[in-house]
Amino acid sequence: MTSDQIRQVILEILERIAPDEDLTDLDDARPFREQMELDSMDFLDIVMELRKMYRIQIPEEDYPNLNTMAGTVGYLLPRLKDVAVGA
Amino acid sequence: MRYDTVIIGAGMSGLSAGVRLAYYEKNVLILERHTTIGGLNSFYRLRKRNYDVGLHAVTNYAEPGTRQGPLSKLLRQLRMKWEDFDLRPQLRSTIAFPDCTLHFTNQFNFFVEQIAAAFPQQIDGFRRLVTCIAEHDALDLDRASVSARQVVSEYIRDPLLVDMIFCPLMFYGSATPRDMDFNQFVIMFKSIFHEGFGRPFDGIRLILKRLVRHFKSLGGHLKLRAGVQEIRQSNGKATSVLLDDGTEIEADNILSSAGAAETMRMVDPNAPLLKAEPGDISFVESISVLDCEPSSLGHSDTIVFYSDTKDFHYERPNVPVDLRSGIVCSPNNFDYSKPLEDGRIRITALANPHYWMNLPEDEYIAAKDHWNSRIIQSALNHLPDFRSHVIDTDVFTPRTIRRFTGHLNGCVYGAPQKFVNGQTSLPNLYLCGTDQGFLGIVGAMLSGITIANRYLLK
Repeated sequence: MTSDQIRQVILEILERIAPDEDLTDLDDARPFREQMELDSMDFLDIVMELRKMYRIQIPEEDYPNLNTMAGTVGYLLPRLKDVAVGA
Repeated sequence: MRYDTVIIGAGMSGLSAGVRLAYYEKNVLILERHTTIGGLNSFYRLRKRNYDVGLHAVTNYAEPGTRQGPLSKLLRQLRMKWEDFDLRPQLRSTIAFPDCTLHFTNQFNFFVEQIAAAFPQQIDGFRRLVTCIAEHDALDLDRASVSARQVVSEYIRDPLLVDMIFCPLMFYGSATPRDMDFNQFVIMFKSIFHEGFGRPFDGIRLILKRLVRHFKSLGGHLKLRAGVQEIRQSNGKATSVLLDDGTEIEADNILSSAGAAETMRMVDPNAPLLKAEPGDISFVESISVLDCEPSSLGHSDTIVFYSDTKDFHYERPNVPVDLRSGIVCSPNNFDYSKPLEDGRIRITALANPHYWMNLPEDEYIAAKDHWNSRIIQSALNHLPDFRSHVIDTDVFTPRTIRRFTGHLNGCVYGAPQKFVNGQTSLPNLYLCGTDQGFLGIVGAMLSGITIANRYLLK
């Protein structure tokens, strides 16, 4: 997957987790939590949705990488580079 | 068949936990002893009419689209929509004590103004209490128990106001007589006074049926008429459940919503490994079906919490029913777009479970009739005389509650001691539901979700 494709996947996950949020103006450089209501339960859901979709295990010490959209995409890019969209 | 998790009880907490586990592709089975789903919040049909068992109102009301609060959190976690719950807000509720009446709605400021007008000396203390409540993190699972009366009395000096605040919170969620754990108090205060009441037009069955459909569509399994007789263990771990019909089902984890004492008796009926006493706070409810809307008789309150004594007595009475206090609920008095099929008045009062459990069957029917009339008579201080409009009646007692919940004394809110972190003496046996300690319908669902997230999605 490319960076753009990964970004799209993350957006879809966020829409499922938080359907009442408007994500059109999401700033990739700012933490998700500053831009939407996302508590620790919701945050864990991002990790679990990724595990469900791509069988990717994200260890707890890596969670800080997932605070922003840019960080998440950067973290996932090498790990999903050989994975097809919708896999 | 071996499951990742077997859940005991298809009530709000068990179904919600089941949805979370099934959504994340766990192989999950929910077992329910009764013939229908719901547990404490269930429903039935009698003489061609629908009845709800537990539900007066769903607490934690929020407007659809709200991004904060327990209801929003719950819907997000379950991947369900606001329409799935179809909650309509209450009109207005009342706390009625001798010589003092307070009203509240789903707008918290209205309640603050009511208190300012009736208790001008106490309003500053009340505001400080509200700040204290707002700063309290009630979802912290590792907290020691503190007396709520102790905390509240530091802010409010007038015992009448203290009892008027406690009355709805205890009636709608306290497993302990006379006092509450402060953490429980905070949960109930926010859910009733800050957020308020709502109800689906079709009652609790709507939410339950949507939960079950969702659970099954995610691949979850549900077995009704499947009571668990025994939780078997080996080398200090739970390994399987034995059903009433002799079937044995293996599981890596077991999550029980049956109650702490009830669950530990399934592990070992003779020497419970966990010190857990069942609660004994229970109720009798008189349900009257009317030929008209209660509002046409002049009764427009959604819920009335009343006490005819200045001191509110929340404890197991020594008589069959405590007529000094009660709850009047009219499911008609929510903000629907059309009227319900018929009028309803439900009156609920504290009851002595031992009296009701031990009655022989023939006396039981007569006792229900007798106490139904007396409950209505005593509640007439707080609503117009509706008796000439009654076209059908039903009464439920602690015995009914035991049938739906399996709780030993028909206790409604479970054991006084809560197991907030959900752990038991067996490492892979967990508790959710009333004895875990998040209360109300939304609380019960969050209980199942929280325990599933914390232990069963690894």
